[in-house]
Amino acid sequence: MIVLFAIFLLTLLVISAIAIVRVKNLFVAVMLMGIFSLLMASTFFILDAADVALTEAAIGAGVSTIILLSALALTGEHERFATANRWLPLLVVTITTTTIIYATFDKPRLGDPEAPVHQHVAPWYLQNTPELIDIPNVVTAVLASFRGYDTLGEVFVVLTACIGVLFVLGARPEDAPKPAKQQGLRHHLIPKVVGRLLVPFIVLFGLYVQFHGDFGPGGGFQAGAIIATGIMLYAVLEGETAALKAVPSSLLMAMVAGGAILYGGVGVAAILLGGNFLDYSVLSSNPVDGQHLGILLVELGVGITVCGALLSIFHAFAAREHK
Amino acid sequence: MELLGLYNYWVFAILLMVGFYAVIAKSNLIKKLLGLSIFQSAVFLLYITMDKVEGGTAPIIQKGATDQIFSNPLPQVLILTAIVVGISTTALGMAIIVRINEAYGTIEEKELQDQNRDP
Repeated sequence: MIVLFAIFLLTLLVISAIAIVRVKNLFVAVMLMGIFSLLMASTFFILDAADVALTEAAIGAGVSTIILLSALALTGEHERFATANRWLPLLVVTITTTTIIYATFDKPRLGDPEAPVHQHVAPWYLQNTPELIDIPNVVTAVLASFRGYDTLGEVFVVLTACIGVLFVLGARPEDAPKPAKQQGLRHHLIPKVVGRLLVPFIVLFGLYVQFHGDFGPGGGFQAGAIIATGIMLYAVLEGETAALKAVPSSLLMAMVAGGAILYGGVGVAAILLGGNFLDYSVLSSNPVDGQHLGILLVELGVGITVCGALLSIFHAFAAREHK
Repeated sequence: MELLGLYNYWVFAILLMVGFYAVIAKSNLIKKLLGLSIFQSAVFLLYITMDKVEGGTAPIIQKGATDQIFSNPLPQVLILTAIVVGISTTALGMAIIVRINEAYGTIEEKELQDQNRDP
């Protein structure tokens, strides 16, 4: 039964991807992209990747749609040219697809426990996480502790991308004329009532995901995205000015940099206490408690940076709109 | 039934190339970026497909429960961070497209090339 459902979802993925490429109206393409992401999240969930499914649902279907739409408002939503010379790309794509599909016949079947990918280091993480880190969610343990360097790098990529967007679009100068007060969707009754009800619960759920990430699916990346979505919803409902009043851009800047500094600071603190960079065992007298504390702080740093970066990017696009 | 175990990989191949087609064949810059996102999602699907173990469950260890089979946590960690980085880079690309639109008044590759030829 689950196999049939998985095949149904995968087939829908292919159909929506082809529709995204073919459709002329870019607004429709962006909305289809949201559906595509939601289908992808469901597929991830069926494949046992609960953390990844949560991330894809929050980011792909939530944040990414809002950011793409706010950019679309600045560029126009019609694709003007039909593809002129479509035969050469089509030929290249067909040949490559056939080659890749031919190559898949050598791949291990889905779920094969003997596949090489399950033989290398993965069993070590599953066996040693309860003893060394002692948190139930192995994904969080690997993300924040075993592979802490990698995650630190990813946080800095997010930080860099955010700085890049702000440079390209320009943060709004303090003395710029204030745009006319945005009404948002305030005069639409249903979005106003339902949306205002939802915002606090979205933020609350984000906090739950943040602090429950050690025990269940979740963590800083998901939580940051979910909280950012909640505040973006508020901005859509009440107008951007109101959202900037609630979370001012100076605070956003502090969040983007502060989260990354918190993450790096935990690493430096570990060095000062006599351990290696990002080795949390020395943070407390008991190595396992030290790991717990380190993971909590690091995940908090990730959440703060991701939330701040996504909101700054959203405001950068939204501020441009009203020029 | 044996071949159904490869269906995920086939969908990966098709999605990858649908995205790639949009990048090389479409003239509209936003369409290209959407194609790049599809391409990216296809790679995510490949990694997550590899993590599945028959009869396994999400790698969250429950105290007291023995003989549980877990899916591989490593590809999940890689893709989890990659998704967030993906949206950041897409946003950066969109920002550049917005500026191109402001400077040239178009986001169609053909019109941009024409403007470059006769300044």
